[in-house]
Parts: sequence; structure tokens; C-alpha cells
Amino acid sequence: MLALRSLSGKRSTAPVRRGRLLRQEAIDGFVFITPWLLGFILWTAWPMLFSLGLVFTNWSVLTKPSFAGLANFSRLAQDRLFYIALGNTAYYTFVAVPLTLVTNLIVALALNLKLAGINIFRTVYYMPTIIPQVANVMLWMWIFNPEFGLANALLTRLGLPKLGWFWDPRWSKNAMIFMTLWGFGTGMIIFLAALQGVPQELYEVGQLDGANSLQLLWHVTIPMITPVVFFNLCMGIIGSFQIFTTAFIVSDGKGGPANSTLFLVLYLYRNGFEFFRMGYASLIAWVLFAIILLVTLIQFRLARRWVYYEQEVI
Amino acid sequence: MAAAKPKAPRKRIRELTWKTAAYVILGAVGVVQLIPFFWMISTSFKPRGTEFLWPPQWIPNPVVLANYPTALTLLPFFIFFRNTLIITIANMIGGIGTSLMAAYGFSRLRFPYRSLLFSVCLSTLMLPDVVTLVPQFIMFKQLNWVNTFLPLIVPNWFGGSAFFIFLGRQFFTTIPMELEDAARMDGASSYRIWWSIMIPLSKAVIASMAIFSFQSNWNDFTRPLVYLYDTDKQTMALGLSVMKGVYQTDWNLLMAISTVFTIPMIVLFFLAQRQFMRGIVTTGLAGR
Repeated sequence: MLALRSLSGKRSTAPVRRGRLLRQEAIDGFVFITPWLLGFILWTAWPMLFSLGLVFTNWSVLTKPSFAGLANFSRLAQDRLFYIALGNTAYYTFVAVPLTLVTNLIVALALNLKLAGINIFRTVYYMPTIIPQVANVMLWMWIFNPEFGLANALLTRLGLPKLGWFWDPRWSKNAMIFMTLWGFGTGMIIFLAALQGVPQELYEVGQLDGANSLQLLWHVTIPMITPVVFFNLCMGIIGSFQIFTTAFIVSDGKGGPANSTLFLVLYLYRNGFEFFRMGYASLIAWVLFAIILLVTLIQFRLARRWVYYEQEVI
Repeated sequence: MAAAKPKAPRKRIRELTWKTAAYVILGAVGVVQLIPFFWMISTSFKPRGTEFLWPPQWIPNPVVLANYPTALTLLPFFIFFRNTLIITIANMIGGIGTSLMAAYGFSRLRFPYRSLLFSVCLSTLMLPDVVTLVPQFIMFKQLNWVNTFLPLIVPNWFGGSAFFIFLGRQFFTTIPMELEDAARMDGASSYRIWWSIMIPLSKAVIASMAIFSFQSNWNDFTRPLVYLYDTDKQTMALGLSVMKGVYQTDWNLLMAISTVFTIPMIVLFFLAQRQFMRGIVTTGLAGR
């Protein structure tokens, strides 16, 4: 370290050497990021530009693309199914994301307790998350089976009427939200990591001031982890807006019953890969992107009010 | 002071009470959490028809091991399993390797536009994957890569994921600069430092990446659905969804396949669990 510093400090004696080292470092730097940079251009930037052009075409991939002007836009404006998909997606996102956030945070707080053997609980609580998604959906279709499922067995035992779950348009989305809430998963782990990062001194200072556990939670823990709450909220919204696999498996790719699980990405998939309307599918993707971007920007704006406020609170 | 003394045992009792309560609640919720998991395995061993017994039977009687060979041969699940493994492992190696490369470049080497490029990289975290789904499909179609593993593997070898780059960069900044400088004085190149110093020191973060990467690739349904058509090219996720369409009332067989599909995740999780929980909890995944 010292040697390198003095070497780079001696401008007058070895400017050539220093310049060469810096240039070498810059070259190495570019070499190291080259795979990512190429990937970004090839698989993200160029496809996005390409897709922006596709929006103005009719293209089935099998034939040549034809310029369609704003035809896709006017189609979208009058597409009843698109609005249904939009409503379903919004419902799912705005119900599932806050519920997931709150339950994950509560579970993470519980798993952050200083108890002997807490690691066993951490493992157990992560277990449901390791079931592969398709297998998990299958499992829940079995649990929610209207005639022979575990869920209705429990309801009957409690003296409640049986439900149709995935097969009832009024319940299908709620059943999916319930299923999502079951696995605490990555969001919980990220909260846990953040909780472990809260400096211990803050709690000690708080205790000296006579704060009880609840006050410490509210005035120390929560403010300190707001950046992570914000991260999980943004990622949760982005992920939920793109719900696809669950709906595809449950409804055999159709979005039923009665279009109640037709989400935007499922509708996009059907247009692109079943009806081969690449232009229209691209437009739906861009609308989805615009919505996500808008919601995320609003999040960032609102974040100024509640993220990073720890200094003032304490 | 003397007046405070009697409080000590009461305080201990209070502590004992809340600890017991915490264990009971954590334990109860944990058991409830595991019910679906248990139900999947239990159903997979039930004789045909008994999975429909009402009220539900928790322990299968008799235990039918034959469900597994029966289910695995209904569709070529060994091929699906092998395909999924090939894709997953190829993506783990390429994704983690190239992410760690970019992470090193972004954290330790100075070059023009570094911070700008890094913010571009981070901003792709916010980009929904579906925006590139259709145009990428058209690109791969024109390259004649559709119905091969290439569209599922090749993109991963170009920088993996922004999340991994972020994680790796966070981790690299915690490694003391002195180690690197000492090696440089001995004439080691950046490439050598990356391979012989940074990578060996990053086991904890690599373990977390391995779990995340394995999980997302093992789980992936959308891309195999879009790109893989021939039966001998399909993955477990696709195979299971096809099977569901054909044998939709054979819950014992569907659960047997679901269990087989889950086993590699369980094995990996228990192998890496310690590293994962520690790694993630201590390496500042939170980016603090």
C-alpha cells in the first residue's frame, strides 16, 4: 500500500510508469465488466429498442412484419380483456405486497430474537420457500381442492362452508395471495439481514434513556431498517406486477375461471406466443413497464418522507 | 439498592415467561408452516384413491413406494431432470462467475465512466423482465436458437444478474485493500488477484449466490415454456405442468413428482444452509 502510494505520488520522477499503471488499471476494469456490458447491450438495451419499434407493427414472426401505425394502441384502448387483466394485476399487487411486507417483517423480527437454537427456526421458516414454484402451485391446488382438499377439511371442522378457492372467480386471486403469504422466503431473509445490521449501541442508548422494547422497536429498529423496507417494497411491487407462473398453472394458461386470474403478463404471453401478435404483446409489455416505472417513481418520491429519518427520530 | 434486590428473581421469571412464550409461538407457527410440505410428501406415498379419504389421512396407510417409479416413467422425467440440471448448473457457473468479474471491476478498479455504468447496472434491477421477453424471442428465433438450451443459458454468461453484481461489489469492498496491494507489489495482475485473492475470500457471498441462482433457474417456468418445445428438451417445471394436464386427478403421482422436483433444492439448502444464513446475515446483503 505504502509502496504503491509513493510510486503514484512521485509524479516528477516516474510519470510514464504511473500513467501506464493507471491505463493498465482502466483496461483491466473494462475487461472485467465486458461480459456484463456486452450482455446489457445485447440482451437488454437492444431488445428494448427493438421492442419499441415492434409496438408499431403487426408481426406474427412467421410472416414479414408490416407497419401498423397506431393500430395496436387503438386496439389496446378498446380491449376489454386488457382492462380486466390490468384490474386483476393491480388487485393482486396492492393486496399481496403490503401483506407480504408486514408478515415478512414480523417473522424477521421474531427470528431476530436472541434465543438459543434460533437458527433452527430460521431454517424451518425458510423451508416452504425452497419448494419449486410449479410444484408449490400444484401442492396448493391439491390443498385447495374443493372436494378433497386440506383447506376445506379445516373449514368444515371449524363449521364454516367449503370454498371453491382457485376454481371460484371470487376467491381465485385471494387463494393465490394466501399461497404467496405462506412462504416468507427471500424478503424475510433480507429483513433479517437488515435487523442484524442495526448497531447494538443504539439499543443500549435507548435502554439507558428508559425506553421499553416496544419503544425501541418503533423508534430504533423500524427507522433504521426503512431503506430495506423500501427495497423490499419496490422489488415486491415489480415482482407482483409480473405474476405469471401461478396463474398459468392454475388456469392451464387461460386465466380462468371467468378471467379472474388473467394477469397482464399472462395476457401478454397469450397474445405473443399463442396468437402470435408480437407487436400487440410488445405494447402490453411497455404499458406494464410504464405502470411499474410510474409506481416506482411515486415510491421514490414518497420515500423522502419515511426513509432515512433515523437521525431525527432518535 | 436494597429495595431493588427482590426485583431480580421477578425479572428472571419475566424473562423465562417471555422466552417460553416465544418458543411456543415460533414452534407452533413453524409446524403450521411445514404442513403443506409434509402434506406433499405424505400424499406422494398414498395408494391410489386413498388421497381422497375424508377427513384427510395424515400418515399414508399403507405406504406405497411404487408411486415414485410409476410417476417417473409416465413422462420422461429422467430426461427432464437431467435437462434442468444442465441448464441450472451452466447458469450458476456463468452467472456467478461473470457477476463476480463485473463486481470486481466496479469495486476495485478505476476506469472512465465507472460510476455511470454502475448506476446503469443497478437501474436494470428495476427493469421488469417481460419487457425483453418478446424481442429476445424474436432475436433467438432469427439466430435459430429456439428449441435449444442456448436462449436459457447464453444470456446468463454475460454478467449474470445485476443483483449478484451488487452483492459481490458490496462484499468486495469489505476485503482489505492491503491484501490486494501486497499482491500487486509482488507483480500479480488484476486477473490473478481476482482469481487467487478475491474469489477464495468470497465463499460466504458465493454460497448465497449459489442458492439464489440454483433456486431461480431450477424454478424457472417462463423461459422453458417460451423456448423449449420438444419433449426431450423440456425441464422439470414444464414436465410437471404437462403431467398435470394429463393426470390431473392422480394427486399421489403429481405429489411424487413434486417431491422429486424439490429434493435437489432440499439437498442444496442443507449443504449450504449454514453458509447461507451466516453469509447473508453478516455480509451486509442489506447494503448498509
